[in-house]
Amino acid sequence: MSRFLRLTTALAFTALTALPAAAVELKIGLQDDADVLDPAQSRTFVGRIVYTAMCDKLVDVSPDLKIVPQLATEWAWSEGGKVLTMKLRDGVKFHDETLMDAAAVVATIERNLTLPESRRKSELSSVEKVEATGPLEVKFTLKKPDVTLLAQLSDRAGMIVSPKAAKELGANFGSKPVCAGPFKFVERVQQDRIVLQKFADYWNKDNVFIDKVTYLPIPDSTVRLANLQSGDLDFIERLAPTDAAAVKSDSKLTYADVVNIGYMALYANIGNGPRADNPFGKDKRLRQAFSLAIDRDALNQIVYEGTAVGGNQPFPPNSPWFNKALPVPARDVDKAKALVKAAGFDRVPVEMQIPNNPVAQQMMQVVQSMVAEAGFDVQLKSTEFATLLDEQTRGNYQLSRSDWSGRVDPDGNIHQFITCKGGINDTKYCNPKVDELLNEARASTDDAVRKEKYDAASVILNDDMPIIYLGHQSWIWAMKKSVTGFTASPDGMIRLVGLKKG
Amino acid sequence: MTMIEQAPLTAKREKSRAWEKLKASRSALAGLVIILFFVILAAAAPILPIPDPVATSWSAIRKAPSAAHWLGTDDLGRDILSRMIWGAQASLMAGVFSVALAVGIGVPFGILAGYFGGWVDLVISRITEALLAMPFLIMAIALAAFLGPSLTNAMIAIGLSAMPIFVRLTRGQVLSVKQEEYVEGARSVGLGHMDIMVRYILPNVTAPIIVQATLTIATAIIAEASLSFLGLGQQPPAASWGSMLNVAKNFLSQAPWMAMWPGAAIFLVVIGFNLLGDGLRDALDPREH
Amino acid sequence: MPVYIGKRLLVAIPTLLIISIFVFSLQKLLPGDPILAMAGEERDPAVLELLREKYRLNDPIPVQYVTWIGGVLTGDLGISLRTNQPVTELIAQKLPVTIQLAIMSMIFAFVIGVPMGILAAVKKNTVLDYVASLVALSGLSVPNFWLGIMLILLVSVNLGWLPASGFESIFVDPVRSLQTMIMPSFVLGTALAATLMRHTRSAMLGVLSADYIRTARAKGLSPRDVILSHSFRNALLPVITLTALLFGELLAGAVLTEQIFTIPGFGKLIVDAVFNRDYAVVQGVVMCTAVGFILMNLIADILYVLLNPRLRASL
Repeated sequence: MSRFLRLTTALAFTALTALPAAAVELKIGLQDDADVLDPAQSRTFVGRIVYTAMCDKLVDVSPDLKIVPQLATEWAWSEGGKVLTMKLRDGVKFHDETLMDAAAVVATIERNLTLPESRRKSELSSVEKVEATGPLEVKFTLKKPDVTLLAQLSDRAGMIVSPKAAKELGANFGSKPVCAGPFKFVERVQQDRIVLQKFADYWNKDNVFIDKVTYLPIPDSTVRLANLQSGDLDFIERLAPTDAAAVKSDSKLTYADVVNIGYMALYANIGNGPRADNPFGKDKRLRQAFSLAIDRDALNQIVYEGTAVGGNQPFPPNSPWFNKALPVPARDVDKAKALVKAAGFDRVPVEMQIPNNPVAQQMMQVVQSMVAEAGFDVQLKSTEFATLLDEQTRGNYQLSRSDWSGRVDPDGNIHQFITCKGGINDTKYCNPKVDELLNEARASTDDAVRKEKYDAASVILNDDMPIIYLGHQSWIWAMKKSVTGFTASPDGMIRLVGLKKG
Repeated sequence: MTMIEQAPLTAKREKSRAWEKLKASRSALAGLVIILFFVILAAAAPILPIPDPVATSWSAIRKAPSAAHWLGTDDLGRDILSRMIWGAQASLMAGVFSVALAVGIGVPFGILAGYFGGWVDLVISRITEALLAMPFLIMAIALAAFLGPSLTNAMIAIGLSAMPIFVRLTRGQVLSVKQEEYVEGARSVGLGHMDIMVRYILPNVTAPIIVQATLTIATAIIAEASLSFLGLGQQPPAASWGSMLNVAKNFLSQAPWMAMWPGAAIFLVVIGFNLLGDGLRDALDPREH
Repeated sequence: MPVYIGKRLLVAIPTLLIISIFVFSLQKLLPGDPILAMAGEERDPAVLELLREKYRLNDPIPVQYVTWIGGVLTGDLGISLRTNQPVTELIAQKLPVTIQLAIMSMIFAFVIGVPMGILAAVKKNTVLDYVASLVALSGLSVPNFWLGIMLILLVSVNLGWLPASGFESIFVDPVRSLQTMIMPSFVLGTALAATLMRHTRSAMLGVLSADYIRTARAKGLSPRDVILSHSFRNALLPVITLTALLFGELLAGAVLTEQIFTIPGFGKLIVDAVFNRDYAVVQGVVMCTAVGFILMNLIADILYVLLNPRLRASL
């Protein structure tokens, strides 16, 4: 009898602590549906938003893009940037109540490196080996110095998963992911919802004020906003810039934005197959003229209602890595015309392939009419995404509109696109001098040295101009007034620790 | 057998009477006027005193209708009236030619299937089912890739995807008509299959085909827009009503007129064709005297 | 009749086979590489190659087809490249949603379209006829996205009567399920109602002028009896054909409407799958829709006979 009493009291107690008054539920509207929910295999941006709530990483990124502790409390580089030692947080549990320790970190990193389906291999390609040097200490030994590793560990490559679950589910881990984040996985219905629930044993549980999170993919931005206005959602990401004014003037909603770390750009085919053999790909003066003919401020106003910023480098002007010696150029049609003339042309025909979304189409029609004044006859070719990607990779294009969501470390915005053997170098631009600078920038742990290298590279790239940078969009969020404690972060993530509702 | 005389006879004998009836029908005339209005407008686009449909103006982005821009401006400051007039050409062609293609292929096959039945019916009907199950999207992307972006190819894609419905409709109609006494009668006097199909069956199955054709025009005009989006059909910045609607979707609350005008134009054209269709239907219906 | 149905079902097998070959080869001819398309920003060539091997995309197309059909015979439709979920599971998830949406839309289409068509035919060339046609045709010309967004803004945002979007299974919460489905099925239904209305009107006109109706009238039957028992039954033929076709189309999914109301049905699934070149999913959904069309056409043909017994010989 007494045992029964104790049990019921215990149950009642748990119920009380678990559900103080009413459970706080947060509904978040996302633009797309996430892909596989396995940090090792995942590849979509919205997937990363979900992980932010579900999977803690070794290190996190602060709103000013500094690396800050998460599962690792401190770390140090040694041997000239070839060894990284990390100390782990004590007493952290995975959602299956197993312990997060050095062995789990080693198992996760090894899984990322060896799972055949892993998408993290190139991010971790500099890792020679990883070992547990204590119960709560791990050591990464690198093949060659690579400071970008820390930034990689602040993303999916550094999300530590339960070795037990990973072993049981293997490549199917995504069907029931088990991590060490503030919320644990409950259920997922494709294209409908992903439901997470507060993890009672989270190491930082005192700062989690939400009991249940539901992510709903709603592709249409107008509809996403309507759901927020009708009260069906509490929070939405990627509000359309054209709706910004409506949200700002709505007394029931809060608006937040921040310039993102990615870029919007045009890729010129410099050396990718026979189609590179055209004046635009061969003569840099034409590309310079094209760039000069674009009024980036007007572009921002017309298409993005002033929420974006113009740009001419892989990093936005407010980034510490931006080369201030090369300010974003103002439009100069006369100079552009002169360059076209110098290249021996009167009118230059250019075919530009553009993705088939309305905003990109609007933007490129504006560009089309801007550069027409400098002598470019742009023919737009609207293409659905898979075809565009295919044409771009195979070099079946002259000029192609392409965007990058951005990486925390500057290396992620430039190295793989520009270096001769870069994994996604679709322009096939190749300049040994640039390669050297970018490789050196990777190897140094000193930010001042790195900045010097990137500045030097940006001068060359600004002259050769294989990629014509157009600008940088903003992440825009809208939420109910009752949602507080949100910090806009340039990486576009929605961090739920510290967030309150009601 | 009074039935044979009284019931619907051949196309030839009815022709002049049909034309008289059509001319007398007020709704058919109204429909014709609406259609002619848009056709003339589309044809006259180059000589009308209207602004360049692709000329952008950064200072006139999404302006409501005014004296300077009668129907307002779009998201790039282009004059909507001018784009409507230039777009009429692409949209009307997309509507009319794709439907003509669908009818031109669909109806003969439907008649064959319904009239002969048996293996002919089996083969035609199964092919129709295959076409129905084939996603439009795949066909459109494949056509865009192999034939390149053009309005003609878009019309082919739309026409092919609208065809099965005409096969099915015609076949169903033929099934019921071929049991009628006048067809039996024609057969018993030894007329050939071709004669029977053209002179007795065709005139008696037209009603649902006309109705469907006038309806499909609307679908085709709207479908052209989704195709231009996939890289088939009109490419930006050239205008078509469908693509104007597509763009307007993002500005429903900021610039409602962007969706209103092309929507209204499509509505009017559809009304026009339906009114004309009603008149045609009545005029051709052999049972109505 | 049973022999006929059996024959038709038997013929369905080669039909499905041909459809599958057709879709399979056409998709393979599409530009764009599935592995590249789903890689997104993570385009590590070594991993891409490995995945191509894993999913046997380097095999010759006929071999790929045989592998696929072999799987189908054992009830395995393959897995989605995008989410690693088995296609059978995806279809099982979305099919009930799609069917529910299709049925509810058809109800709206019928309730609006058929009575309006009869009314317009009976009152031919009166104001009533014109108004009915105008209303029906506006349902056809108003774009789905416009009507959908306007309904959301009016009914959900301003009035707060219905949830703006989302979906709930009818087995979990029937009330909410119906609530979330009302607006999308209304939007779809109004567009289809135009087609039904115009065809009903036309077919009724044809029948009303036929001799046996005149005879019935002459015999002194009440107009209501004439319209409902005699005319309508015979006018049904094209309406049945169309209903079968429209229902089949609804089963293939309604992309825009699903997208606006965030209904997780076939439409969005297949569009995403085509754009991502997620072949197994496309193939699975197409087969499923094909079965739908075959069944619908069969039902239509059977109904022809039931309504017009003279047709029995021709089947």
